[in-house]
Amino acid sequence: MSRQAQADVEEDTISGGDEVMEEPEEQEDGYTSSTPTSTLTWISWFCSLPGHEYFCEVTEDFIEDDFNLTGLNSMVPFWKEAMEMVLDVEPDEDAAKIPDVSIVESSAEMLYGLVHQRYILGRAGQQAMVDKYESGIFGSCPRVYCVGCNVVPCGRSDLPGIDTVKLFCPNCNDIYVPPSSRFQGVDGAFFGTTFAHLFFQNYRESAPAPFWKAPAGASASPRSSSASTSRSSPFVNPNPYGGQKRAAGYVYVPRIYGFKVSERAKCGPRMQWLRLRPETPAQLDLVDWRGRWIDEDEYEDDEDEQDRRMEDFDPDAADDDDDDDEEEDDDEEGGAPPGQPQQHGQRHADSIPPARSVHAVRTLPTAPRQDAPVAIISLPDTTGGKVKMVRQWSARPPALTGTA
Amino acid sequence: MLHRAVEDISTGSDSDYSRSWISWFLSSKGNEYFCEVDEDFILDRFNLTGLNNEVANYAQALDLITDQLDDEVQDELRGSLDVQARLLYGLIHARWIVTARGLAKMVEKYKRGDFGRCPRVLCQSQSLLPVGLIDVPYEKSVKLYCGRCEDLYSPKSSRHGSIDGAYFGTTFPHLLYLVYPTLIPPKTGPPADAPGAAESGKNRRRGREELPDVTGTEGVGEGISTASVALKAERYRPRIYGFQLNETAKLQRWQEAMRDRQVARLEELEERA
Repeated sequence: MSRQAQADVEEDTISGGDEVMEEPEEQEDGYTSSTPTSTLTWISWFCSLPGHEYFCEVTEDFIEDDFNLTGLNSMVPFWKEAMEMVLDVEPDEDAAKIPDVSIVESSAEMLYGLVHQRYILGRAGQQAMVDKYESGIFGSCPRVYCVGCNVVPCGRSDLPGIDTVKLFCPNCNDIYVPPSSRFQGVDGAFFGTTFAHLFFQNYRESAPAPFWKAPAGASASPRSSSASTSRSSPFVNPNPYGGQKRAAGYVYVPRIYGFKVSERAKCGPRMQWLRLRPETPAQLDLVDWRGRWIDEDEYEDDEDEQDRRMEDFDPDAADDDDDDDEEEDDDEEGGAPPGQPQQHGQRHADSIPPARSVHAVRTLPTAPRQDAPVAIISLPDTTGGKVKMVRQWSARPPALTGTA
Repeated sequence: MLHRAVEDISTGSDSDYSRSWISWFLSSKGNEYFCEVDEDFILDRFNLTGLNNEVANYAQALDLITDQLDDEVQDELRGSLDVQARLLYGLIHARWIVTARGLAKMVEKYKRGDFGRCPRVLCQSQSLLPVGLIDVPYEKSVKLYCGRCEDLYSPKSSRHGSIDGAYFGTTFPHLLYLVYPTLIPPKTGPPADAPGAAESGKNRRRGREELPDVTGTEGVGEGISTASVALKAERYRPRIYGFQLNETAKLQRWQEAMRDRQVARLEELEERA
């Protein structure tokens, strides 16, 4: 009874200003409502509370199916009463035994939260959450270079009472504290550790691809850039990101008076790897399951054998790499121009193995550059590089050749 | 503190006598990121070189900032002049905070957490620093730089989100860490100034503050090595039912291999030095 009254009060206060109000027509008509005075089920009421915007409404038949509740009754005190409250069942007479309705309320919240954790892993739950995701209810990533990528709620533990809800950004694969303090009271376990990632497995088009290539020009689309870098090839991949969306891949480069802070400085950049993406998916395969570079291992192994060809090749490659890297650094200090990343792309394809080129961090184009053609002319021995390129590519399965 | 006291008096809106324009500006809502520019810095015309081309009604705006504006002029131009004065103050501010005294003032604000805390969970409420993406005004709003994850975040509040990034400049946070290397945040553990770490971290904080005293005066290359700090950084690993995802794990392995390569490079440099 008191809950009914409270629901009515809440309904009044909520209808005032909350834009995340649930649509009443979404409720099923078949629910066993013992509260004819209230148009609101407990679930709708709960989901419309301020701070509960991240929750979706779990259908009553999901809760009523005991299989879905396996194991929960040991975690929730006053199980029966909590179930009755969540499902809007009129409590039995012996409900009077419970001293305080607020105890049952917290049990009901816990019960609903834990059921919610399971519900959103299912098909219906994922669907409900994708609607919320696409309308931006979970907000967007606070990181500047994720350019407003939408986030999803995420727990750090599947057990309640450990940590509050966090937000997972699929672009930077990191978790953030929700911007508003009203989410500080929401348990992360009510969303669980799995949901966010299962969600982006189900909705691949919302998941940014793990690789990223700087656009050729400021205004050029990804497709036209790949077309221009591989001029010789008439083929353009119609699905360049494997069903995923293009990532927002810029990594911040600190500058002092326009000059990049060198990594040799004590305060130099140390964390750019955290946000870095390879330019092509093939580069991901250059690291083995232990996190070591496959190339380097090969080189080490080959040193023992008397492979003359490889010996000639190795020091060369190492030298070229160093030169190229330094050149890139110089170029970028001049203010990364719109036209330059494309030129990089060519150089990578021509002269150096892709894996070694990527630690020049891409930056936002800031100013146009006049001397770009000069840099093209002053390329170091391209012919030697060509040979290497062939060797590199042939060493890899043909399916992995990517955009080069 | 000074301007808060002044604010309490709050006699008429424009009693220049009791409160200067600058203290009014600093105390108004949304301007919490700004620090006070010393008057003699503003009065030295050398520091303002070139700003007369950036700001319309430059002379009057400067007079307004330094509280030397005649009352009648103020009435005429009031509306537009206020905008120009804010712009001028912002641009002076960008130059001021990269001076020794300006940096010192900003360090105080940084230690108080005036610029907010890093939203990244694993940064554990690391204090942030304001930064611009470009030094030209009217281009990009101010962003916040986290010294722990070395990344940029947008301010939580739209009040701060609308401040021009040029009022802080692209250089400031990096120069601050360059000048105060002891303030470079550790990559792991709670930051010394985190709200939660206040009691438990007392001893740790003392320890950390003693560290600079030992290595204190620019040991050029000596002292704390930051070559391998990245190895200590925590990162989030997405999991489904406890299992890592192939794609994400692969990307993270690649990123960590890039990290290891940098660490190896830096350690080699250190050995050579």
